[in-house]
Amino acid sequence: MQVRSGGERTSVIDIDGELTGATEAALMEAYQQASGPQTRAIVLNFSPLEYMNSTGIGLLVTLLVRAQRQGQRMLAYGLSDHYRQILSLTRLDEAIGIVESEADALAAVPA
Amino acid sequence: MNAAESPQRTDTDAWAQPTERLQVADVPSGALAGTVRGRRLSGPLQGFGQMWQKTFRIRLAGADPDLTPQAVIATWKAEFPSFWPKGNTFYAPLAGIRPGEVALLSVSAAGPVKLHTGVMVVFADPDAFTLMTPEGHMLSAWITFSAFRDADGVIVAQAQALERASDPIFELGLVFGGHRVNNRFWQDTVRNLAARFGVSAEPTTEITRVDRRRQWRYLVNVRHNSGFRSMVHTVAAPARWIRRRP
Repeated sequence: MQVRSGGERTSVIDIDGELTGATEAALMEAYQQASGPQTRAIVLNFSPLEYMNSTGIGLLVTLLVRAQRQGQRMLAYGLSDHYRQILSLTRLDEAIGIVESEADALAAVPA
Repeated sequence: MNAAESPQRTDTDAWAQPTERLQVADVPSGALAGTVRGRRLSGPLQGFGQMWQKTFRIRLAGADPDLTPQAVIATWKAEFPSFWPKGNTFYAPLAGIRPGEVALLSVSAAGPVKLHTGVMVVFADPDAFTLMTPEGHMLSAWITFSAFRDADGVIVAQAQALERASDPIFELGLVFGGHRVNNRFWQDTVRNLAARFGVSAEPTTEITRVDRRRQWRYLVNVRHNSGFRSMVHTVAAPARWIRRRP
């Protein structure tokens, strides 16, 4: 997982490779890095994602709860049709804002 | 989780297709489809109560040395209903535990009343499978069943639920004893699974409160409460029996 700044109040996490129980520590560490006192939005980049199981979806819920607790919004982009369908099936798309591109995600966060 | 993760695997066929409303094709005798048919799936984000992660593990120490985690999952899928504690029924789908299949179930509630509801298999691969609850179920939840080798090589079978009560009535029920019953249910289940492999062991239980907030915007979930319809179904049982008589 790689963490990048998307601006003063936004951080981007690149979800690289797999999202499973085995990557829990890496994802939570990435969130720790991404989340600061000024952070208002966490953007998840799903483009590099290759495999996700149901434990991975559970991690996204945990991450979402942590972000909500900090008053942060969560957005996602780079989802293939397959991963869009999974977020729809599990109804995560009702809580995570899905956009087309990183630019759209950054534009959706008020300055 | 310490699951052995093989490289370059794909999840394409492991996930169910999205579904707007649940369909129930076959209704086994004793089951009630009315609390599932036409309902939407409802995960931990759509529930009312506090969110919990509950993990029940059992070590299969002493099992056949040729046993693999994948073989444990294959057996768990194939014989899933047989591991449920007595008094509870899982009506396995005819096609088995496969992505997209819907199963009806009856679980012991108060006294003679059984709670009739169901689940959908949202994920299934050789390493794990996951059930998701519909609206009206006691829990808005995902429950994942998996098996993996521990650091010492022993296979561990695990049931892990990410759940919250679906509505305020069920939340009250959980607070006043329901959690204890629910925990015992899964402890008994993994104990029964271990016994299937000739292992007598005690499970471990880890419970974490993921979110202490109650989601008041989901107060309205109470309109789907399967308890009401289950109670009517139980009360009307004598009338149905009389109607069926020649």
